[in-house]
Amino acid sequence: MRVLELQSITKRFGAVTANEDVSLHLDKGEIIALLGENGAGKTTLMSILFGHYTADAGTVRVEGAELPPGKPRAAIRAGVGMVHQHFALAPNLTVLENVMTGTESLWKLRSDRAGARRKLADLSAKFGLKVDPDARVSELSVGECQRVEILKALYNDARILILDEPTAVLTAQEAEGLFATLREMAAKGLSLIFISHKLHEVMSASDRVVVLRGGRVVAERRTPETSKEELAELMVGRAVQRPERVPGRPGAVLLEGVDLTLGGKGGASLKGVNFRLHAGETLGIIGVSGNGQTTLAGLVSGLYPPDGGALLLRGHRPARHDVPHAIAAGIGRIPEDRNAEGAIGDMATWENVVLERIWDPEFSSRGIVRRGAAKQATQEIIRDHDVRGASVDGRIRLLSGGNMQKLILGRVLRAGPEILVAAQPSRGLDEGAIAGVHERLLEARGKGAGVLLISEDLDEVMALSDRVQAIVGGKLSPAIPVEAADARLLGLMMAGDWSVAKEIEGADAV
Amino acid sequence: MNVILDILSSVGMWEAVLRIATPLIFGTLGVLLCERVGVLNLGIEGIMTFGAMLGWLTVYSGGDLWMGLVMAGVGGAMFGLLHAVLTVPLGLSQHVTGLGITLFASSFAYYVFRLAVPTATSPPTVEPFRPLAVPGLSEIPFVGQVLFNQTAPTYLALALVAALAWCLYRTPLGLALRMTGENPHAVDAQGINPVSLRIGTIMAGSALMGMGGAFLTLAAFNSFFPTMVQGRGWICVALVVFASWRPGRALLGALLFAFFDAFQLRLQTVVEGVPYQLFLMLPYALSILALVLMARRARVPQALMQPYRRGER
Repeated sequence: MRVLELQSITKRFGAVTANEDVSLHLDKGEIIALLGENGAGKTTLMSILFGHYTADAGTVRVEGAELPPGKPRAAIRAGVGMVHQHFALAPNLTVLENVMTGTESLWKLRSDRAGARRKLADLSAKFGLKVDPDARVSELSVGECQRVEILKALYNDARILILDEPTAVLTAQEAEGLFATLREMAAKGLSLIFISHKLHEVMSASDRVVVLRGGRVVAERRTPETSKEELAELMVGRAVQRPERVPGRPGAVLLEGVDLTLGGKGGASLKGVNFRLHAGETLGIIGVSGNGQTTLAGLVSGLYPPDGGALLLRGHRPARHDVPHAIAAGIGRIPEDRNAEGAIGDMATWENVVLERIWDPEFSSRGIVRRGAAKQATQEIIRDHDVRGASVDGRIRLLSGGNMQKLILGRVLRAGPEILVAAQPSRGLDEGAIAGVHERLLEARGKGAGVLLISEDLDEVMALSDRVQAIVGGKLSPAIPVEAADARLLGLMMAGDWSVAKEIEGADAV
Repeated sequence: MNVILDILSSVGMWEAVLRIATPLIFGTLGVLLCERVGVLNLGIEGIMTFGAMLGWLTVYSGGDLWMGLVMAGVGGAMFGLLHAVLTVPLGLSQHVTGLGITLFASSFAYYVFRLAVPTATSPPTVEPFRPLAVPGLSEIPFVGQVLFNQTAPTYLALALVAALAWCLYRTPLGLALRMTGENPHAVDAQGINPVSLRIGTIMAGSALMGMGGAFLTLAAFNSFFPTMVQGRGWICVALVVFASWRPGRALLGALLFAFFDAFQLRLQTVVEGVPYQLFLMLPYALSILALVLMARRARVPQALMQPYRRGER
């Protein structure tokens, strides 16, 4: 049975066409993936369906009846629920209050809290979405917040559920749990659309894939009848090849961590971390997020000095452990959260480019900023790194994630760092952008830099690293050469079973 | 010491506390409403002045007292509408708009006043609200004499505290209002228009401010003069923070401030050799102290002062 039908939807924003003649249908009990790169028009399309935007042309039908355009209320009534990428929750209110808002007539003199609580508990049990109704949302983890969002939709009796990049903020494990829940919901008769640009989750979780590119539907495939490779090509519009790593020639030890400990700063603590990073190699640190990798990245890039142990730079303890000295010592940093730590959204692109090295004679002299040189440098980065949509004087906030990352990479690489700390460098990026980032990282390694790659993406670590260590509970496993690694072994290491890794490392040392 | 005990044990002192607190209760509830939906309303000082004038003018030109109170509310709501249009759909700075409204409303109030009574040198008076003794209850010694021998607007203010608390915490509308102050995007996602909710609430809150002003002319001073609000509006803004945006605590804050004020008034007359200005400062100094102690754990509405535009974060 056809529960949802979008017909010839067209939407323009000024001169930009976000969606052009898009048609799409959804059957009962089906999960479809809406696949496309950032900017392909996926979110716009779903916003039209949900009534946040009004389409310039085309119709939306739910169970045969046409939805009036631009009315979220009507979409909700018709049984469409939306789980937004940025959660639409109020942190100071309780879970129950968040779920209840807007579900009763506003002019009732008394809310039926007891009834609402019962209904929420029933839904929670039926779909295995456990959450405490009286907890404040601010106390919940990201995964729990998402459960609340889904419950909110279900509470409104949604029969069609739309999830906008549901895994963007989740850890790999949380994502698996989410897809299991979605399967369960489909089995119980709900129909789902999830938006994604991650090929592996599209392949594993959907029945059918609709590929969007440049605002148009370019292909539709039954998931079992397609492959990651085909989808990647359809999505990007050309064959995308992630770059191949060629064996490197590691040089001297650039950076060494000896029994590093650090408590509580900006994440999980480190409890005795040992590693060696050579010139011209990439050391991959893999782990489920929350095991201390944020702290490790911060420590290495100079944000916090260690509580115990030593961080040796070319065999010596640095005189002072702070960010300016780290930068001066040739440590480049690609931060995990580029919006919070990598760029200042409301400042100009050129200001963001020079901010880290404003005291460098290239960019300032006698306390005066050399704007000409700064803008020149920015221009070069935009050109050399193919940063699209950026202008030297424009606010950096306007860039897409991929382009902002290219700019940050350009900024860091321009300084010619000997050590590069890359934390989750491809998080949230689409396939084309990931390939670009990987290429640059391999290039830096080729030029003799030591790259410390901190990532939770198995494919990424396997593709880029020369040696791999797992981070578990603030400790690093023994290092194994990537040739000896496979998904199963890395999985074991991430789970804390290091026996095989120890053998390999031992054999390697001999 | 005996002097202080005498003051504290007099019925007149505690009666005055409730009387002084009344305009503050109206004003604080008004600010609280606006801020609960995420909009700061610094227009309060001017809106109270305008309400005081309009209430007085209505009665002066022959309307009855309740009519005066209602008109003050309507006048306040109109300035609320102006503030709402500027800050909600247009998304202008709430500080600047609020201060502008304060300046505009107070000058406008004086202008209208002068149009009505061009020549009078001393402000004309009206017949004010009289204390309304609740039969039976007002005869309970002390407590009854204090609580049940007030003017009608004071009873109304106390009832409003309960009504507003019920509305915010027990009704679907109240939940939607609180949600609007926390995350208007979430309200929109549930199919309620946060823009109209904000505009309506700001108007209601400003109506309360206007009525608070009218209490001054219709139950306290019996006449209008342009400086009569004397910072009461600003006190209300501070009291809302003190109250952590909760109506019950707002009442508590208003009473506390009124207590200091009534106390210092009486202290002035019995303590000699201390300049009276020092006593005048007392309630403000103590309010700041109370604010410091109470407001540190306050839960600020997360979307306070953030304009809402659909599709933008």
